[in-house]
Amino acid sequence: MVRVVGFIVGLVFAGVLLIAFIGNLASYFSSPPAPLAADEFHLPPKDVHFTSDGPFGKFDNRQLQRGFQVFSEVCSACHSLKLVSFRDLKGIGYDDAEIKKIASDWKVQAPSINPDTGEPATRKPLPSDTIPPPFPNEVAARAANNNALPPDLSLITKARVGGPHYVYSILTGFQNQPAALLKKFPDAKTPPNLHYNPYFANLNIAMPPPLTTDGQVEYKDGTKPTVDQMARDVAAFLVWTAQPDLERRHAAGLAVVIFLLIGTILAYFAKQQIWHEVHGGVRITGPLEPENQAKTRRAKAKAGVAG
Amino acid sequence: MSFSWAKPYEPKHPVMRWLDERLPLPRVIYGAIGGGYPVPRNLNYWWNFGVLAGIFLTIQILTGIVLAMHYTASTTDAFNSVNQLIMRDVNAGWLLRYAHMNGASFFFLVVYIHMFRGLYYGSYKAPRELVWMLGLVIYLLMMATAFMGYVLPWGQMSYWGAQVITNFFSAIPVVGDPLRVWVLGGYAPDQAALTRFFSLHYLLPFVIAGVVILHIWSLHIPGSGNPTGVDVKDERDTLPFHPFYTAKDGWFAAAFLLFYAIVTYFLPNYLGNPDNYIPANNLATPAEIVPEWYLLPFYAILRSFTADFILPAKLWGVVAMFSSILLLFFLPWLDKSAVRSGAYRPVFKRFFWLLVVDVIVLGWVGGSPVKPLTVAVGQVAAAYYFLHFLVILPLISRFETPLPLPSSITESVLDHREAESLPPSAARRRTKAATAAAE
Repeated sequence: MVRVVGFIVGLVFAGVLLIAFIGNLASYFSSPPAPLAADEFHLPPKDVHFTSDGPFGKFDNRQLQRGFQVFSEVCSACHSLKLVSFRDLKGIGYDDAEIKKIASDWKVQAPSINPDTGEPATRKPLPSDTIPPPFPNEVAARAANNNALPPDLSLITKARVGGPHYVYSILTGFQNQPAALLKKFPDAKTPPNLHYNPYFANLNIAMPPPLTTDGQVEYKDGTKPTVDQMARDVAAFLVWTAQPDLERRHAAGLAVVIFLLIGTILAYFAKQQIWHEVHGGVRITGPLEPENQAKTRRAKAKAGVAG
Repeated sequence: MSFSWAKPYEPKHPVMRWLDERLPLPRVIYGAIGGGYPVPRNLNYWWNFGVLAGIFLTIQILTGIVLAMHYTASTTDAFNSVNQLIMRDVNAGWLLRYAHMNGASFFFLVVYIHMFRGLYYGSYKAPRELVWMLGLVIYLLMMATAFMGYVLPWGQMSYWGAQVITNFFSAIPVVGDPLRVWVLGGYAPDQAALTRFFSLHYLLPFVIAGVVILHIWSLHIPGSGNPTGVDVKDERDTLPFHPFYTAKDGWFAAAFLLFYAIVTYFLPNYLGNPDNYIPANNLATPAEIVPEWYLLPFYAILRSFTADFILPAKLWGVVAMFSSILLLFFLPWLDKSAVRSGAYRPVFKRFFWLLVVDVIVLGWVGGSPVKPLTVAVGQVAAAYYFLHFLVILPLISRFETPLPLPSSITESVLDHREAESLPPSAARRRTKAATAAAE
């Protein structure tokens, strides 16, 4: 009975799928889907190296500090970094006094309450504050950016395929629309207020090119601030904001792997030891069983050992 | 327990004797995972995954309890409580969270291997039907738990995943929409849904642990199966669970945890979706809504039903998706072959591997963007899935001639060892002769 019902149910499902399959293919061949400009001209992130790449990846604190400088002088005009507190900057090598100064000098004030009247007020940020966002809310952010919302950058390298490689590619990928694209897709002309960037999913990004000229930021450590260098540095910094745990995680991972490797090898030999008698075809008994003692005696006698 | 030669528990320490006389808990443990549980001596490494599943359930419960101490089930704070508080400020919070996230994936990986082992070696057949069915109950509970856990960080994929899954209810005729509103506590996933998902996500793992006890209990009545599928005949066919299988499970668990540690520490986000690091936004639908990898085959089945045939396509999809799991409950009666092990079933074996490939293809289709040709591949694969269990398997069990079975487990072990000790050329001749004889 179960099999008869099952047989029918199976054939019904397969039949409905066959109908769907035929309909699907028929519509595919009668009206094949039109190719999109984004299918052909979208590029995967550029292949650049970051020190944080790979299982032994580490941060370069000098680069992270340069990246933080690019963020605070360029990106932070529009983008927030809501999950990062000033005190977290200790992780990229600033000391307490420097952090206090960075916080109190920050161009946006932290929200507060007037202690006398209880009315909303602002105050200088403290190291314990998260980095204040450039816009108080989404409406204000959109109003200032042609109705586009600049995303929070705290987790951006984990929230995009390609991570820092994607961020670097976007920052250095602005260009004029290729003639081949306009020739093949005349309707795909980049609309006003958008900017052509083949590394962006739909090719047209609302963000204007943020890094335009070499020397836009003045590095204190003497590194030459080319557009390429600034893009690399800020992408590296954004790896840190998304994964401040990265270095500790890699170090702990190595220790855990070594520990488990030793544990696995020891446990394997223990297993071999225990299973030895089974593989040897001996009955499962201890060495003090009369049967095994007799075997031992026989073996010793044969080898000429006393006792 | 099951076999007359199973060693009874003999307390060695007076305290244990005192305890055993009043509450025979040590006796139960000794009989379940100690020297009192005789296990066939010929188990291969595919039999290690049941213990591993228990280990991953434990890891999930332990990491989950600590994570729940820091998590806030609120639509405004959930994302930050995970991505700011737990990942940045809680001591080793990043480790707890990554271990829990990847622990779910590894739990499913282990359970899938465990289930396919059962499918290949006929572990679902009499007298172990209930073991199989209780296992399926665990699997269904796992899927519900994993889905609700994925909603908790309240990222984009959490939100839209909840939106898609709870939409299944609205496919039910007449009561569908009110039912969905009742389940969600609103018209879309919101605070009410998040709080109840959190509550259930905390509850269900303990229900799973309870069903695991029933699963093991029902296994220990007939005893474990084995790769030959031949019943245990006498004491020579078995070894006590402890120390033999504790040792074998022990080293293999350490090796598997090594694999888990490598992913957790070095590729923690590899199995996740980047979109879940974007806070939930009910106004911005992600380009592709995809579940976690372990649910992809079922997602592909759901999306394969694109034609309205008597019933609306959406209802077909939901019914088929649930049927694809529920039909496994009937497997013990669909496959009537008296031979358990796939090793002695030449036709069954080919279709089994076809099923493995089919499920992988379904997973690939489930994770790919919806395009007519990928959907077409998914439709063929989904049809095969149903035909395999409901049509092909019953037919095979009727017409297939199985290979001769060894007369006992011990004989199969000795045969194997004898072949190993022969010189390679002789062994090859032997195998050839055996195959020829079988055909």
